[in-house]
Amino acid sequence: MAASATHVANATIEAVWRIESAKIVAGLARMTRDVGLAEELAQEALVAALEKWPGSGVPDNPGAWLMAAAKNRALDHFRHAKLVEVKHEEIGRDMEEGFTPDFDAALEDDIGDDLLRLVFTACHPVLSTEARAALTLRLLCGLTTDEIARAFLVPEPTMAQRIVRAKRTLAEARVPFEVPRGEELSSRLASVLEVVYLVFNEGYSATAGDDWTRPALCEDALRLGRILAELAPDEPEVHGLVALMEIQASRFRARSGPSGEPVLLLDQDRSRWDHVLVRRGLAALDRAEKSGGVLGPYALQAAIAACHARAPTPGETDWKRIVALYDALAQVMPSPIVELNRAVAVAMAFGPAEGLALIDAIASEPALRGYHLLPSVRGDFLEKLGRIDEARGEFERAASLTRNSREIRLLLDRAAALHPGLRVVK
Amino acid sequence: MRFMMVVIPKGYDKAKPGAMPDAKLVAEMSRYNESLHKAGVLLSMEGLRPPSMGARVSFKGGKPKVTDGPFAEAKEVIGGFWMIRVKSKAEAVEWAKRCPMPDGEIVEVRQVQEFEDFPADVQEAASGEPALRAQLEKKAKKG
Repeated sequence: MAASATHVANATIEAVWRIESAKIVAGLARMTRDVGLAEELAQEALVAALEKWPGSGVPDNPGAWLMAAAKNRALDHFRHAKLVEVKHEEIGRDMEEGFTPDFDAALEDDIGDDLLRLVFTACHPVLSTEARAALTLRLLCGLTTDEIARAFLVPEPTMAQRIVRAKRTLAEARVPFEVPRGEELSSRLASVLEVVYLVFNEGYSATAGDDWTRPALCEDALRLGRILAELAPDEPEVHGLVALMEIQASRFRARSGPSGEPVLLLDQDRSRWDHVLVRRGLAALDRAEKSGGVLGPYALQAAIAACHARAPTPGETDWKRIVALYDALAQVMPSPIVELNRAVAVAMAFGPAEGLALIDAIASEPALRGYHLLPSVRGDFLEKLGRIDEARGEFERAASLTRNSREIRLLLDRAAALHPGLRVVK
Repeated sequence: MRFMMVVIPKGYDKAKPGAMPDAKLVAEMSRYNESLHKAGVLLSMEGLRPPSMGARVSFKGGKPKVTDGPFAEAKEVIGGFWMIRVKSKAEAVEWAKRCPMPDGEIVEVRQVQEFEDFPADVQEAASGEPALRAQLEKKAKKG
């Protein structure tokens, strides 16, 4: 009985932590101006709850309880640290202004700003992308170090070190706890969005059957993106990123077959897409488009994904619009990979000869050297043009460039199917 | 994990056609909805008109039978729902606890049956393989 009560209380604490931790850390960070310290104090409050709640029961307003416990620890900390008088006054003033006992009001009104400050601090460019991702999952999503370590496939001590070092770097660089303004805002926002999308892709590229922490990263990233969209509603790229993630996540169930083999977009059973997520994605894209101005890379990628999402069958895909969107994407984010994708869209819209001309124009790009999709796509165009011998050579070359056994099999099968003898039978 | 939080309002089984919730409750509810939305957990939500405006289709002997509402035998009826995506049942319950419900009302928390929950044979049947589906139907009839 007692053991089960403890179990229930711990599950509740974990749930409350998931909902409240970011707000608590953000509030404490405003008070202490030190994200690392804020996180430690919040952790102490969590430990106190784990000790107390199984016996006393979960309080009516658990978030307020945790915040009060953390706040008291912050005050203790400063008393013991014997900070200079000036700092005391600063904190006292902050307390009067921000930390009113009316927790609910503070929660609703100011906490959004604090959360946004926390996001920008955790994703500060002074940190490496990996460190930003780890710190964001820790501070904003309330994940444990162990969960983050498993998600990124590194040993726990390595991840613990990474987080400790990240916090130290922020403190040493005296990164202010604030939302950047003016010109700095767009580059800093890009840094935040990069982290969110990195977390999403870590989860998205994880195959089924893996440790659940990896696919769960998609949910963490989406949740973070949705929160961000409400915190910074005037930033079109935030909505663009949310739209892109919602639409990609909508295909989760359809993108692998019964034995885990990947199913390509055009071969997916569209009835298995999550249409609630499709709708949410299209709505987010709409917000990005309505805010005016030139669409950024995320919104453009979302718009491309939306063309597929809107098509009831692959045959109804608006490839001409996709080509136009790739044209725009190549402008704001030039890259050989975008060109390659654009060539595929062009081939779908205007025929394989047009696509082949584009591919041949970028074939010598150093970034594409050794990239198996280049000969694979080229082989596809050649096959459609009836240049069978050349196509077979391209598929074989592509197979020699990838290490993924499933892809090798697929490519060699395609090459074998193009054997002249077989063609006669056809 | 996806959960549906289902609202079972007190007395909604007998609510007159066109019955509306009171403005104060609606205001509190939209604050709550906002908190779900801002936390990034809300997927969708809807409120339902009372059963007196609906109909029931029941099946007997392979034939559908239509009965217009209200339904005398129904005591607990659905008033609306939220679909949320959270990490655990405990988190879904935690959100349900925060719902500003009047006395005597119920919020039921139910996890969505995900595709991955099904055993392999059911998954394949659902993924539209006609031969296999036929085979399964045969098997089901025999059993």
